[in-house]
Amino acid sequence: MHEYSIVQALLTQCEDIAKENEAESVTKIIVKIGKMSGVEPHLLEIAFNTFKEKTVCDGADFVLNIQPLVIECKGCGVQTTLEKIYYKCPACESLDVKVIDGEDMFLMSLEME
Amino acid sequence: MCKDCGCSITTNNHQHGHTHVDEFGREFTHVHDHEHDTLEHPHEGGHHHHHHGEDEHSHTHQAAHETLHHNPQLNDSKTIAVIKKILDKNDHEAHHNREHFNEHGVLAINLMSSPGSGKTTLLEKMAGLAPFKFGVIEGDLETSRDADRLIAKGISAVQIQTGSACHLDAFMVHKGLSDLAIADLDVCFIENVGNLVCPASYDVGSHLNIVLVSIPEGEDKIAKYPVMFRCADLILITKTDLLPYFQYDIECEKAEARKIKPNVDILEVNINDEASIKQVIEWIEFKRKMRN
Repeated sequence: MHEYSIVQALLTQCEDIAKENEAESVTKIIVKIGKMSGVEPHLLEIAFNTFKEKTVCDGADFVLNIQPLVIECKGCGVQTTLEKIYYKCPACESLDVKVIDGEDMFLMSLEME
Repeated sequence: MCKDCGCSITTNNHQHGHTHVDEFGREFTHVHDHEHDTLEHPHEGGHHHHHHGEDEHSHTHQAAHETLHHNPQLNDSKTIAVIKKILDKNDHEAHHNREHFNEHGVLAINLMSSPGSGKTTLLEKMAGLAPFKFGVIEGDLETSRDADRLIAKGISAVQIQTGSACHLDAFMVHKGLSDLAIADLDVCFIENVGNLVCPASYDVGSHLNIVLVSIPEGEDKIAKYPVMFRCADLILITKTDLLPYFQYDIECEKAEARKIKPNVDILEVNINDEASIKQVIEWIEFKRKMRN
């Protein structure tokens, strides 16, 4: 439901970056959406394509990469991509794990002209 | 190419975001300028450098580069790596809010749950029992009923009406803060919009997150809304006096919560049992003392 707010933030970011780079339009946007970021990728895409109209991103391709949850064990150092949401090192069963990726939303790159 | 990040931004001075993690494990992304040393910047793309008039050539070469990248008419499409959090403006504002709380020595707690799990009632009940002075920033789509309820109990409260927004963000809380005299407070609660999904994505500038989940909501809420429970520092399972009337395996729910957040604290709350409210107060008081 908050995908609209996120798209607004994303569009503002794109406008700013396009301005900084003196670009007229953005042709492609790549975002990385973590599985545990709290955003529904499908809804985000719909929201983006709805609200991009008449912005610098009108006509831009939206590439959305879903980032699985990746943890690193602070005990044994093993890095794991988690299938299930269970913050535990499958190698040594330690619960003392660090999140490497998959909890955030990033704007990764912009193609402009 | 930028040697810091490998991006293809060709201006000498551009910005990079990077992320800090604070003592509570929350992340902030900042942007810093960094400069490219043009002297060390190798020309790429297999240009032939002639020995005669080297200086002049480099100069024109540089100028050509600039024209290429500053003239959009050339239709030179370029890709730049950004790697910025989408909500970085919100995160920046949240950081600012947190500093504001810090300046006044106020512990800020974001209260989140579904509608009707007992956030406002818990605050009402805490009024006469807490050893610390607290105020509340209330978020609801409409009405100021929650703030009115708290004010009636002698709690200083301001209401934010979000209209149709399903969550509070750092900007709304910042606005709310201007209407609340936080200098006299020890603790400031931010009672978020009742919603187990959206508020979890927004850092509002609190130090701690308390998430409530009530027995009548049914089992599996924790597993079904993992993002919300992942960000919890304390989970309150509320309305436990209703346990006899529901099929609810409370231990199973606690285990589920700790799959998502292994070190999360969990307390059971029954609003009719003062001792359970006092436990919540003790937890907050402990955290408060740990910051002094």
